[in-house]
Amino acid sequence: MDTQMESSCSKTRNPFTGAEANAVSVKVDHVCKSFSGVEVLKDISFEVIPGEIFVLMGPSGSGKSVLLRDIVGLDVPTSGTVTIDGQDPSLEATRDRVRVALVFQDGALFNSLSVYDNLALYPREHRSGDEDSISQKVMHALKILSVEDAAYKFPSELSGGMKKRVSIARALVMEPQLLLYDEPTSELDPVMSATISEIIATLKNEYSVTSIVVTHDRALAQTISNRVGIIMGGELITLGTPAELFATKDPRLVDFLNPKIDIKNPRFKKLESTKPS
Amino acid sequence: MKQLNSIVEGVGSVVQLLFRSASYAGSLPRQWARFIEQCYQIGYTTLPIVAILSFFIGTVLALEAGYAMEGFGAKEFIGSLVGLSMARELGPMMTSVLLAGRVGSAIAAELASMKVYQEIDALTTMNIPAAKILVLPRLAAVLVMMPVLIVIANIVGWFGGSVVARYVSTVGISPESYFAALRHYTKFKDVINGMEKAEVFGFVVVLVCCDIGLNTKGGPREIGAAVTRAVVVSLILILVLDYFVTKILM
Repeated sequence: MDTQMESSCSKTRNPFTGAEANAVSVKVDHVCKSFSGVEVLKDISFEVIPGEIFVLMGPSGSGKSVLLRDIVGLDVPTSGTVTIDGQDPSLEATRDRVRVALVFQDGALFNSLSVYDNLALYPREHRSGDEDSISQKVMHALKILSVEDAAYKFPSELSGGMKKRVSIARALVMEPQLLLYDEPTSELDPVMSATISEIIATLKNEYSVTSIVVTHDRALAQTISNRVGIIMGGELITLGTPAELFATKDPRLVDFLNPKIDIKNPRFKKLESTKPS
Repeated sequence: MKQLNSIVEGVGSVVQLLFRSASYAGSLPRQWARFIEQCYQIGYTTLPIVAILSFFIGTVLALEAGYAMEGFGAKEFIGSLVGLSMARELGPMMTSVLLAGRVGSAIAAELASMKVYQEIDALTTMNIPAAKILVLPRLAAVLVMMPVLIVIANIVGWFGGSVVARYVSTVGISPESYFAALRHYTKFKDVINGMEKAEVFGFVVVLVCCDIGLNTKGGPREIGAAVTRAVVVSLILILVLDYFVTKILM
């Protein structure tokens, strides 16, 4: 059963042509990252196997997004290596060979282009087909994400949820072998968060794209992930299946995953203590 | 020492950007729409202000020349002074200064905003180089539009001088003698020299403003700082380059 599942997961299926391609693996090996002497990532190592959804969780400021930027090749680690299918993601040659798409936290849509042109930019620049086939591809991606009505709107005319969906559609048009999401459900209402979670899970189930999701949304991690890693203070403190992780007794994780609101003993310093005597 | 380092870094970054952009020159025919859009931004939208400024530079030159040359009885040569000054120096320089203020600041603001709001990062992940689609069309457009702007600046400036020569009583020479002197002393080579200068200034202004925009780091406040830096650096470079380019072209 496992072997069957793994072999079905090792190929990505092109959402537009149905053609199969090899899903890619990601290896993060002893990665450290410092900014002006401050260590943000401390010796992080893990591997993402082809076709899985790997979720990185952690409190705000723990270094998740920094790690994501290293994985996608926007930054390079201070020490250690990140490889996608054995290749350095920061090199243009690797980006030529492996299609990696990143869904940014704020969408990062091109404000001067319409939604349609945002999606068409990649296939146009990489000359993947004539204008007719690009148009079909773009409209198909928008339809998958249920935002086809927004095709000729500009990003400034879209709501937060629509921007996120358009951003995912733009990633989809790239026919990615590796899809990374940075806080895909942040700033969204619960219904829209659930919709985005369903979309991520569907993309994985239908097209078996290797996915890395950075989030602190517990429900999202529990629902869609194959494995979850938790980063705290720049360290990867645990790695496991969602079931293992959410059953943990580790007090740091329990406090992070099931925070209790304690009004009598608040986490923040009481205002009285800062008052001058 | 720190400032020297940042100057060397800046020069290195601009040179790198120039070579990166040049390496995509072959893609320019496929970027026709972007090129035309930039020609419109750099040429057409700058034209009215260039025309107004050049007209008044011409008028002031003629007025000052009229005052100064009256003592020598050389008022007939006002046309030559306005013609040569506009063609060789003031036309290219003032047009480039306007370009830095109007187009350079807009380029720096747009690219800095794209950097701050991660649009440049999005391009990188899509393997679409910013140098190819954001810098190259602008560099090509400025090379095409600068000579056009200079020709118009010269013509309007010369015309401005002739208006003063004709209608201001303290100057009081006929347009015929004004243009005769202008034609006699202003050679085609002078106009070409001015265009060459303007090409260098315009190219450097756009390249530097693109580089400053693309290297913006931090939040929205940095966008304003990038625009200020882009304009100040452009103005300094225009004045410094003016000396060297003039020396080379002599």
